Amino acid sequence: MSSLTSWFANSSFFWEVLVGGLLAGVMYSMVAIGFVLIYKASGVFNFAQGSMVLFAALTFVSILERGVPFVLALGITLGAMLLLAGLIERVVLRPLVNRPPIVLFMATLGLSFVIEGLAQTLWGSQVHGLELGIEDRPFELHGIMVSQFDLFAAGTAGALVLVLGLLFNKTRFGLALRAVADDQLAALAVGIDLRRVWGMVWAAAGLVALVAGLLWGARVGVQFSLSLIVLKALPVLIIGGFSSIAGTIVGGLLVGATEKLAEVYIGPRFDGGIENWFPYVLALLFLLVRPTGLFGEPQVERA
Amino acid sequence: MRAGMRAGMSATVHELAAGGRRPTEALPPAAAARPDRPGRPSSALAHRGLRPSGRAPATGTRRGFGPGVGLGLRLGFLLLAFGVVPALGNDYWFSAILIPFLVLSLGAVGLNILTGYAGQLSLGSAAFMAVGAFASYNFLLRVPHMPLLVSFLLGGLTAAAVGVLFGLPSLRIKGFYLIVSTLAAQFFVEWALTKFGWFSNFNASGVITAPPLVVLGHDFSSPRGRYLLSLGVVLGLTVLARNLVRGELGRSWMAVRDMDTAAAVIGIPILETKLLAFATSSFYCGVAGALWAFAYLGTVEPHGFDLGRSFQILFIIIVGGLGSISGAFLGSAFIVLLPILMDNLATAYFSGIIDAGHIENLQKVIFGALIIVFLIKEPAGLARLVENLREKVRRWPLVG
Repeated sequence: MSSLTSWFANSSFFWEVLVGGLLAGVMYSMVAIGFVLIYKASGVFNFAQGSMVLFAALTFVSILERGVPFVLALGITLGAMLLLAGLIERVVLRPLVNRPPIVLFMATLGLSFVIEGLAQTLWGSQVHGLELGIEDRPFELHGIMVSQFDLFAAGTAGALVLVLGLLFNKTRFGLALRAVADDQLAALAVGIDLRRVWGMVWAAAGLVALVAGLLWGARVGVQFSLSLIVLKALPVLIIGGFSSIAGTIVGGLLVGATEKLAEVYIGPRFDGGIENWFPYVLALLFLLVRPTGLFGEPQVERA
Repeated sequence: MRAGMRAGMSATVHELAAGGRRPTEALPPAAAARPDRPGRPSSALAHRGLRPSGRAPATGTRRGFGPGVGLGLRLGFLLLAFGVVPALGNDYWFSAILIPFLVLSLGAVGLNILTGYAGQLSLGSAAFMAVGAFASYNFLLRVPHMPLLVSFLLGGLTAAAVGVLFGLPSLRIKGFYLIVSTLAAQFFVEWALTKFGWFSNFNASGVITAPPLVVLGHDFSSPRGRYLLSLGVVLGLTVLARNLVRGELGRSWMAVRDMDTAAAVIGIPILETKLLAFATSSFYCGVAGALWAFAYLGTVEPHGFDLGRSFQILFIIIVGGLGSISGAFLGSAFIVLLPILMDNLATAYFSGIIDAGHIENLQKVIFGALIIVFLIKEPAGLARLVENLREKVRRWPLVG
C-alpha cells in the first residue's frame, strides 16, 4: 500500500521521464527514417546514415561560423548533401548491384568511415555549438515539465513524416518508388528508371540526415558522437520494422520511452549506464517474437 | 577453399596442417560456386548468404611443389618464425608490430570462422575478446597454481559460452539482422565489465594487469618472450582452425552459409552448426583477447575492447579475404602496417603540413575506401590477390 502511495506521489516524475523519453525517441526516429527510405528502395541497410547526419551538421555549422547567412548556409549544405548522395549512389552502390545484403551492409560500413574521416578532415574535429533560434525553455503542462525544443523537434519529425507520406502515396515518383520496393525486376520491366529512383532516395535520405543533424546538433552540440546515433537507430528499426515509416516513429517512441524509464527505475540498481544496451535487448526480444517488427511486411523468402 | 590459403605468411602453416595430404573429396556444390560478378549466371547460388569466397575445387595440376619441397618450406618457415625473427628483431618490432599482428590475426581467424565460413555477421568480436581477457585474468587470480596456458584455454571457453548465449537468436534471425544480437553482446559486455568491480578485482577504473608470463618455468615477459608466446599460441590455434574448416564441421558451416535450407535438407543440424560456429569463433576471439591483454598491452580496461576494435577485426577479414585463414593474417598485417607506414610517410614528407589529427582522419578515409574497393573489385580480398600473383609467378615464363 505504501509503495502505491509513494508511486502516486512520484507519478509526475514518472510522466516527466516518460515524456522526455518519448521526445528523445522522436529524435531517434528522425535518423531511422533515413534508413527506411533507402532500405525500402534498394534493400541496403545504410550504416553510413549516422555519418551523413554528422557530415550535414558539421558542414552547416562550419559554413555558418564563417559568417554566411542562415538560409544560404542551409542551401549550400543541402547542395552538399545532394552531391554526396549522388556520389554514393554512383561510386559505391551501382557497382555493387545484385550483391548479397550483407556485402552491401559492409560497404556502407566502409562508407561511414570515409564520410566521417572526410567531414573531420574538411571541418576539423572540435565541438561546435549550434543555435537554431529556438528557445529551449522548459514549460509546464499539467504539472509536467516539457522541453520546448523537444516539442519543436517532434513537430518537425511529424511534418517530415507527413511530407514523405504524401510523396510516397500521392506522386508519380512515390508510385515508382513503391514499385521498386515491391519488385525491382518488375519495376524495370515497366520502364521505371531504377538509377533515378535510387538517386532520388539517397537524396531524400541526405535531406532527412540534414534535418536530423540540425536538430541533434542543436541539442547535444555538433561533434563526432553524432555519427553514433546510428547505433540508437538500429533497435528503432528492428522494433518498428525495416520498411515502414510509421514503424520508425512508433519504434522510436518505444525505444526512447523504455530506455529512459529503464535508466531511471532499473538503472540505479546497477549504478546506471544501462541506456547503452537496453534498446538492443529490447530489439532482440522483438526479433525473437516478431522478426518483422511492428509494422514490417513479412518477408517471403525466395531462395 | 584451399587455393587462396596457400599464400603469404601462413602458407607453410596450413601446409603443416595439411600434413602433406591432399584432400580429394569434392567440395559441397554451393561452396564451389565461383564468386559472382554482377550478371554472372552463377549468382543465384551466391545470393543467399555471404558471397562464397570458396574457390573452385583445387585440381591436381596447380601444385608445382613435390612433398619434399613443401616440407622444406614448412621447416623453413618455422625456423624463420621461431629462430631468425627472434634473433634479429628488436623490441620495437616485437611490441609494436609483430605481437599485435599475431593477436589480431587470431581474432580475425575467429571472426572469419563465424562470418567468412558460417555466414553470420558479427560486430561483437571485441566483446568476446574482452570476455576472454577478463576470464583468464580471474582464473589466474582466483585459482591457485593456475598455469598460464590453461587460463588462456579457460578464458577462451568462457568466451565460447558467452558466444553461444548471444548466438542463440541466430536460429530465428539471420544474416545482417544478427548484428543486433552481436551489438547487444558488445555493449552489454563492455558495460558489465566496467560496472561490476569483481571482474577486475575491484580496480577503480576496471583495469586488469598482466600476471607474470611464466610457462613451464620459463619466463616470457621480455618483448621477445611475449612474441614467442603469442606465436606459439596463434600458430597452434591456426593449425587447428585450418583442420576444422577443412573437415566435416567446416563443410557444414559453408553449407549453412551458402543456403541453410539446402543444408538442412541434406541433414546438417542447423542450430547446432551455427552455435558451434559461435562457440569456436568466440573461443578464438577469447584467446586473442587474453593475448591482447597480457602479451601485447600488459594492462587493459574494458573500453580497450570497444566497438572500434570489433570493426577493426571485421575490416581485417574483409580486406584479407572472407572465408580464408591466410586472409586473416594478410589483412591483419595490412591493418597493423598501414597506419605505421602512413605515419612515417607523413613525418618524412609532410611534417609540419599535416598534423596528427589529420592523419588519423585520413587513415579513416583510406580504410573505408579500401573496404569499398575490395568489396567491389576483389571480394576474396588480399588472399586472392596474393594467390593470383603466385600463379602468375609460377607460370611466368610460359603464360603471360
